[in-house]
Amino acid sequence: MYQLKAVTQTYERRGQIVTALDNSDLTIPDNDFIAIVGPSGSGKTTLLSVLGGMLAPSTGDVMLDGESLYDLSVEERTALRGRKIGFVFQSFNLISWLTARENVQIPLMLSGKTAKQQEERAMEMLDRVGLSDRTDHRPSEMSQGQQQRVALARTLANDPQIILADEPTGNLDSETRQQVMSYLNEFHQDGRTIVMVTHDADTAAFAHRTIRLVAGVTHEVAVAKAA
Amino acid sequence: MKLRHMIWKELWQRPTPMLTSLLAVTLGVTALVAIQNITVFTERKIAGDMESLGANVLVLPPSVTLQDYYGADMHGQTMPEEYVTRLAFARLPGVENLAPKLCVEADVDTIPVTLTGILPRSEFQAKAAWQGLGMLGNAVGSDAGCCATAADTGAGDDDPNSLATTRTIAELGDRDVILGRDLASQLGAKTGDSLSLLGDDFTVLTVLPATGTIDDGRMFAHLHSVQDLSGAGPVVNVIEIMACCEDSAGDLITNLSAELPETRIVTIAQVVQTQIAVNGLMSRLSWVFLSILLLVGATSIASVMYANVTERRKEIGTLMAIGASRNFVTQMFLGKAAVLGLVGGAAGFVVGTIVAAVLGPQLLGIHVQPMPMLLGVGMGTATIVAVAASLLPARRAAGLDPCLVFND
Repeated sequence: MYQLKAVTQTYERRGQIVTALDNSDLTIPDNDFIAIVGPSGSGKTTLLSVLGGMLAPSTGDVMLDGESLYDLSVEERTALRGRKIGFVFQSFNLISWLTARENVQIPLMLSGKTAKQQEERAMEMLDRVGLSDRTDHRPSEMSQGQQQRVALARTLANDPQIILADEPTGNLDSETRQQVMSYLNEFHQDGRTIVMVTHDADTAAFAHRTIRLVAGVTHEVAVAKAA
Repeated sequence: MKLRHMIWKELWQRPTPMLTSLLAVTLGVTALVAIQNITVFTERKIAGDMESLGANVLVLPPSVTLQDYYGADMHGQTMPEEYVTRLAFARLPGVENLAPKLCVEADVDTIPVTLTGILPRSEFQAKAAWQGLGMLGNAVGSDAGCCATAADTGAGDDDPNSLATTRTIAELGDRDVILGRDLASQLGAKTGDSLSLLGDDFTVLTVLPATGTIDDGRMFAHLHSVQDLSGAGPVVNVIEIMACCEDSAGDLITNLSAELPETRIVTIAQVVQTQIAVNGLMSRLSWVFLSILLLVGATSIASVMYANVTERRKEIGTLMAIGASRNFVTQMFLGKAAVLGLVGGAAGFVVGTIVAAVLGPQLLGIHVQPMPMLLGVGMGTATIVAVAASLLPARRAAGLDPCLVFND
């Protein structure tokens, strides 16, 4: 379970202090599916970075499963991220010079799995997203939808408890968007917590809760019905 | 998949900067290996030549300027043969053998030849006075066997061909001649043939094996026969001394100068001193070349690595977001640098050895063989330089903010 307690994040830009998160409180129970929406610059990405253990807030606490995330060292947070948190990016962020299988193997390699374990797990995950026939293809040899599915397979590789998705359907057409959201929904049904940043109302509609961020302040919106 | 697999695959994604860096490193190591290789083998050749020369000290008339060790008797100046006797009586420690020589011009069937008069070791043994000094059975000097590294006097070797390697001979009749290989070919003469020389008939005792020196074009006869027939009288052009290698560089020269103040004493060490100095300079220069070229290589690698970090910011951020530690990112870049260093070092060793093997015989007349030690030196140096040059870029990569993976 995530708990944000009075989290404030400020930046200095051109001599001016910008407040990205302003004394925000948020609780995300296990197996929740949250959409974070809001206008550009409202602090959505900052919130995702804070939740991912990649950006220490200026003030406040971020608790994950009862542990203060930013009391951990950078290396400990990195290890925790590899173990518990998976990421989905808008532009997929696949390594262009590695094949689909190798991309999925990366988090497994980083968590110390053997080459055999990596290969087996990668094949399993690619099969799950319907890409068992594209394992040796590079990202440039695949469609956008296929690339995002490879990224989903990579996200799932270490069986993370939490998935943080940054505009996961931002670069996809409507049909592929539907497909990707179905997968995320499926991952949620597996028991994972999904926190998704999106501009798109249709995508947000897949979530159980929607949090609106306005000027760095979180506002709970009425619980939407899952698609 | 392992880290090294990622490093290897990434290297081939950007081959041009990789090859540029590799070339710079390779050139540095090539310069080191080629120069060191040639230097070492030149030194070995000089050492081998010194050993094979046998004689390592020359006694010359004072006005002679030595240009060529093998041509030390070609200057036309003479000194009394009596100096040989004086040296023998002096019993100088370190003197193993003496070889006086007199060179005259002669003709054989209208073909001009250089006739060198030499004194066989039997002549020393025949002199009663010298026998009384206990020199029988040993070389001329009084301290045979004193040398930690004995000069190769060839004492006890009765083969006339020993003249080619030791510059001395045990027996030589007063009407015997020994021919150098080239001269024998020119005259069409072989062992046992008779030759007319200085108005007298001589028998060819043997034809020497090729030595690669001016001796190949010479004819050798008994010193006293040459003195008599040429009318030169009891004189010699040079006295070659086979001395202990250590003594030839020590007190012996002082002692010889004291014994024969009217002469000029030259050691083979002096003759090769300049060459050795040049070799030392070359050796030091090779490190200067290596340093300069590796500095260029290091700059190139650092530049390529910085560009690589900038180019891969998002990739690095993604890796960090999905669990790559700073240490992993650092290793990714240093590993790449290490590969460039190792490959560049190995390639430099191969190219440098080939360059040395090709240029060595052509420019310096030496045969060069691979020196495995230089492989280790080349690879080690190149790797250290490449890794050191990549430390800052790697640190910069490891310090990247993983948040840059998100769209803001």
